[in-house]
Amino acid sequence: MSWITNFLTSSIGRKLIMSLTGLFLIQFLLVHLIGNLQLLYHDQGEKFNLYADFMTSNPVIKTVSILLYTGILLHAIQGLLIWRQNVKSRKVRYAVSKNPNVGFAAKNMGWLGTIILVFLILHLWQFWFKMKFGTVAPVAYDGVEVKNLYFLVAEVFKQPIYVFAYVIGMIVIAFHLLHGFESSFQTLGLNHKKYTPLIKGLGVVYSILVPLGFAIIPIYFYFFK
Amino acid sequence: MKLTLKIWKQANNKTAGKFETYSVEADEHMSFLEMLDVLNQSLLEQKKEPVVFEHDCREGICGSCSMVINGQPHGPQKGTTACQLHMRSFKDGQTITIEPWRAKAFPIIRDLVVDRSAFDRIIQAGGYISVNTGQAQDGNAIPIEKGLASEAMDAATCIGCGACVAACPNASAMLFTSAKVSHLGLLPQGEVEHSKRVQSMVTQMDTEGFGNCSNVGVCEAECPKGISLENIARMNRQYIGSVFGSQTKVEKA
Amino acid sequence: MPLKANSPEGALDNKWTKYRSTMNLVAPNNKRRIDIIVVGTGLAGAAAAATLGELGYKVKAFTFHDSPRRAHSIAAQGGINAAKNYQNDGDSVFRLFYDTIKGGDYRSRESNVHRLAEVSRNIIDQCVAQGVPFAREYGGLLANRSFGGVQVSRTFYAKGQTGQQLLLGAYQALSRQISLGNVEMYNRHEMLDVVIEDGKARGIIARNLLTGKLERFGAHCVVLGTGGYGNVFYLSTNAMGSNVSASWRATKRGALMANPCYTQIHPTCIPVSGEYQSKLTLMSESLRNDGRVWVPAHKEDVMAIREKRMSAKDIPEDRRDYYLERRYPAFGNLVPRDVASRAAKVACDEGFGVNKTGLAVFLDFASAIQRYGKTEAHSNGLHNPDPKKIEELGKKVIEAKYGNLFEMYEKITGENPYEVPMKIFPAVHYTMGGLWVDYNLETNIPGLFALGECNFSDHGANRLGASALMQGLADGYFVIPYTIGQFLSKEIRTPKIDNNSPAFMEAEKDVEGRLQKLLSINGSQSVESFHRRLGLIMWEYCGMSRNAEGLQKGRKLIQELQKEFWSDVFVPGNQDEFNPELEKATRVADFLELGELMMVDALDRNESCGGHFREEYQSEEGEALRRDDEYAYVAAWEWVDGGDPVLHREDLEFENVELKTRSYK
Repeated sequence: MSWITNFLTSSIGRKLIMSLTGLFLIQFLLVHLIGNLQLLYHDQGEKFNLYADFMTSNPVIKTVSILLYTGILLHAIQGLLIWRQNVKSRKVRYAVSKNPNVGFAAKNMGWLGTIILVFLILHLWQFWFKMKFGTVAPVAYDGVEVKNLYFLVAEVFKQPIYVFAYVIGMIVIAFHLLHGFESSFQTLGLNHKKYTPLIKGLGVVYSILVPLGFAIIPIYFYFFK
Repeated sequence: MKLTLKIWKQANNKTAGKFETYSVEADEHMSFLEMLDVLNQSLLEQKKEPVVFEHDCREGICGSCSMVINGQPHGPQKGTTACQLHMRSFKDGQTITIEPWRAKAFPIIRDLVVDRSAFDRIIQAGGYISVNTGQAQDGNAIPIEKGLASEAMDAATCIGCGACVAACPNASAMLFTSAKVSHLGLLPQGEVEHSKRVQSMVTQMDTEGFGNCSNVGVCEAECPKGISLENIARMNRQYIGSVFGSQTKVEKA
Repeated sequence: MPLKANSPEGALDNKWTKYRSTMNLVAPNNKRRIDIIVVGTGLAGAAAAATLGELGYKVKAFTFHDSPRRAHSIAAQGGINAAKNYQNDGDSVFRLFYDTIKGGDYRSRESNVHRLAEVSRNIIDQCVAQGVPFAREYGGLLANRSFGGVQVSRTFYAKGQTGQQLLLGAYQALSRQISLGNVEMYNRHEMLDVVIEDGKARGIIARNLLTGKLERFGAHCVVLGTGGYGNVFYLSTNAMGSNVSASWRATKRGALMANPCYTQIHPTCIPVSGEYQSKLTLMSESLRNDGRVWVPAHKEDVMAIREKRMSAKDIPEDRRDYYLERRYPAFGNLVPRDVASRAAKVACDEGFGVNKTGLAVFLDFASAIQRYGKTEAHSNGLHNPDPKKIEELGKKVIEAKYGNLFEMYEKITGENPYEVPMKIFPAVHYTMGGLWVDYNLETNIPGLFALGECNFSDHGANRLGASALMQGLADGYFVIPYTIGQFLSKEIRTPKIDNNSPAFMEAEKDVEGRLQKLLSINGSQSVESFHRRLGLIMWEYCGMSRNAEGLQKGRKLIQELQKEFWSDVFVPGNQDEFNPELEKATRVADFLELGELMMVDALDRNESCGGHFREEYQSEEGEALRRDDEYAYVAAWEWVDGGDPVLHREDLEFENVELKTRSYK
């Protein structure tokens, strides 16, 4: 099976892993956002809490979530490895360096990714960890008792420091997506005179709307709840 | 016009280098390399070591000249090699920093001269069509769509200067390698052996110690011949397709 | 000593075919034991090295560049000729042969030129198979364009970068042989001497330019494909590194240098802008398809332009002199290069030059823009277009045809050629002269072969456009692989050449001595400054027009310059390092001797032909006057250190073409 390991350790193979996991995470963001937007219903969190309960108990979702964790880990580890190798391929840096017309995001994917990783750890600790292993006060709907995640969210976003952290986190994710979205298509070899402008346009829209959607939640909770 | 030059001086690959500062009187009609000639002539008149830089055709096609001028490979003018850059692009009294290509795969030979033989080895790995002299059929036997031929031509205009590597924040050689993979892979004559070609060339490229492509696109922006990023996508596609979709296996050396 | 061309007997159109099928071969098992050295990896050298490798010989290839892909063949713009007759316009092998002989002003060898025309067709096939992306028509078939001096369309091209694409094709073929282990490639190695043992060429001394070490390489024969010597003029369209040293070293070891005075001055180059200028840039001949050459007809307009009081556009039609159209109505702006260059010189000598140095003429696209604009407007259905629209459409057509050249012109001069006419002036471009070779491309030294521009063989006294690429590839791909067998078939019993033999050691010592001498002079003038001065002497006395008095004076000046060089040159650094100044010094030292020989040759040739124009020999209208009865020979010179060169003649026999005065009127 040497050809597979050869492929996976080749520059294009590594990038393919980044691209595929990246695309998987990109679509996850949308699914995640749609779920989370239920926090904005005026129902004291009923829909959201039921949804959260479904997400943590449904066996299919549980299986898919393992895939998600693997995806995140692969994306992060591979990204860091590539970053390290890239730094090594230029031992002496330029005294003067100026690359015109090329975005800030593209050149700083490593840094942006690292910040996102830190943010992710915070995020998981605050919600995922507490939901799974901590104690979250229960709430009952029609006699069925579920964990009141909505309450937890509201509690966290009462504190300006977290609101601030989440908004910053979303800005960083926006930049990461701004490059990552189109880049993942390029890595897959999907570059076409007719379709690439569409992909790029969609990428920009996606990179702004999705993080914006997420960022609205803490802001909403802080100011209106 | 009076200029201050900060130029990287390094005797060889074993010694450390540093910037030296020179001042030179130039004319705005001079090419950038002619300005360096003037500097060297004055250094020689003072019996000092001249600044060593690679150059040959001085008309933008041989790909010899290789210097990063104020942070940009081949200087500030788009689509232009250092030899065709003219002093009109600079201002009187300006300070210009001149550095060699910097990449692990391009070790410094002296001052601004680097060793780009890695590129030769990438071509040797498969950047050709396996046809012996005398085997060819008539040139018009296989019609090639005009658009396809000109797309191949656009990829084939690469001059192998290495500006893409020099410009890339990761010192990646993907643009160079993909230009050759594209040029040959697009043509029916070269399509025949593209599976092996793309695998061999990518393997060699990785062995040489270039960085990984992260689709930044500075290579395209700095390429004096405007080689497009589409070539990189094409190579990715061919490589992935060839590894999983063909019988060809290429081992690492 | 009369020279024997060794052309095979028989009818012209059958010579090569018959010869090829009857010449001696080397069996495959013997090929594996035979070493061949190929010096130079441009079109001719790379093609030869690749093909010989494919045949099974053990090849060592050398270039002073960092990679074979940098050879100056890469800079050829316009195209490559081939007698394919794809355009159905009456082209044939004979017509290409005839055009080349006539274009060369009847100073080339019939048998060689005919073979060149024959194999020209195979070259195109070979290059297409290698993946050279030639221009194509909408139907997917190969496109052609016209070049100067011919009336058919036989030039194949790849944008304005034909040389680059052909060289990359050869480079890739070579790379393949390197990867297969058939060719051992020595980059950054410069040949500094050829080693002759028992009268045969058996190896070279090369300097590893990275370490500076001298290395001895032995082989059963040596093939040179080292290009032309145009840089003897310092300013030329050649690359900075192009040099004569390999062929000159061979000359010093007894090879004959043929017709060195035949230099091609290309009419359309960007004029010199100042004393700092290091090289001249060519604007492709194809521009003369649409550009009209002119100067003002009145001196006061000339002065006004020079003083920038007027621009070219201010001069009305009736005050312009389209001198090529006036003097040569039949071919107009598309006369051959030598004729166009001389006409420009005449105009400038009479004081009509249009830049501050007085050495430039206009190449004007305004009427082409108008013409194309109108046609384009018509085909777009605009029947009463306003002048602005016409100009806009016309410029688009011109851009599609010559965009990259116009862009290059603007980069270099800072002027926009769509708005103001280009300024152009002739510049040294190609050298028809070179090492004397017979039909087998073998010099008078057995086992020493010369290909491409470095031999003298195919272009006579003037080369037609798009023929240099053709010759380089013909020699490398289709001639030498066969003819080398004539020599090597007798060498199959020769064991591996010992590179420690006295001949090798002595040659190495010679080179060592020369390098040490150059380094030890420690004078006060740079190598470059000597080169510039040599160039000025050459241009003044052996340039576009020559006369006996000037040539004698020129020779004396060069001899003085040689003395000054060897007593006052300054070469920094030392031998055992990467030292480009030392490389330059060895090359300029050789140019200094070659320059002298060119003066001698030009003085000997008391006639005007092609690129060689002797003022004493011109018609009343100022056209070149050939003297076939006395000078229909190849002048092959034997160099004598410190003495007068010795002339050896190869008489040219014309059995298939009639010698006529070239007329383009």
